[in-house]
Amino acid sequence: MADRIVPLGEKRLMDVKLGELGSWLGKRDFTPNGVLASIRNGHDRYYNKYINVKKGGIGGVAMLLVGYVALSYMWEYDHLKHDRWRKYH
Amino acid sequence: MGTLNSTLKFYMPVLTIVPTIKSACLPRLVQLSHLHTSPNSQAPVPALPEKGGKTRHGIIPEEIFQLLYPKTGVTGPYMLGAGLLTYILSKEIYIINHETFAAACMGTVIIYGVRKFGPDVAAFADKLNEEKVQKAQEVKDLAMTSLAQAVLDEKKEQWRAEGRQMLFDAKRNNVAMLLETNRRERVHMVTNEVKKRLDYQIALQTLHRRMEQEHMVNWVEKNVVTSITPQQEKTSIAKCITDLKVLAKVQQAKATVAI
Repeated sequence: MADRIVPLGEKRLMDVKLGELGSWLGKRDFTPNGVLASIRNGHDRYYNKYINVKKGGIGGVAMLLVGYVALSYMWEYDHLKHDRWRKYH
Repeated sequence: MGTLNSTLKFYMPVLTIVPTIKSACLPRLVQLSHLHTSPNSQAPVPALPEKGGKTRHGIIPEEIFQLLYPKTGVTGPYMLGAGLLTYILSKEIYIINHETFAAACMGTVIIYGVRKFGPDVAAFADKLNEEKVQKAQEVKDLAMTSLAQAVLDEKKEQWRAEGRQMLFDAKRNNVAMLLETNRRERVHMVTNEVKKRLDYQIALQTLHRRMEQEHMVNWVEKNVVTSITPQQEKTSIAKCITDLKVLAKVQQAKATVAI
């Protein structure tokens, strides 16, 4: 089933079992270089999957925009709290 | 760096095309570059994938639906969405205020615009892409044909170079013939000159002999004529006449016998 033993730190997130999650997080590379590398990696994956194709779709850009909207909503939440209709939920 | 380049290129010339519900009318983007990042790679650049990752309703990746399908079936993600929406609204994590109305208006306009003009813009972007690809292809084809032609020309030149030997042989023959012609001309000239000189000598000798002969004949005649006295002349004439008469008689006799 497993073709070779992969060290825990290099497993993909979906392959990590729930119990190993803590140690997996501990093994990840959180140096600035590592963070940059992971950002670059994520960007490449997203870009190559949704944008760098012959016939892309709106999904590629729309997902980014929706994510931006959601993120900016979260950042503004403290200001928006005052517009709530009820005090107790 | 490769990703920096690609980021810039991503954010500048992207023409966003809106999806339609039907997956038959597929949206398209203007093509972005697909470069080798390492300078040493010899393999040909792999072709771009035809279509991107699928998304449902434009903003939710298909993978979520596939993830939940075994446990919850087809409506699972929709129920998840509805539940999340209810939770967010009821706990006022999403607050309804004036901005909600603005967002709703904008959303309607955007969705309407994308649904209506999506395919046209997609076709336009496709056409642009086609033209670019065609230009590149033309350049490539032109280069190929010119290079193939150059290869043929080179082969022809090599074949011609082999024929040089024949050319040299022909030239050598020409030169030999010229030399031979020259030699023969000179031999002729020599012969003619020698012959002329010898003829001159012969003519000279003939002249000498003729002159001697004529001179001798003239001298003999003169002497004979002067030595004939009149008396001798008369007697010789009389003898001639008698001889002639005898001869005439003989002749007449022969003639009568023959008849």
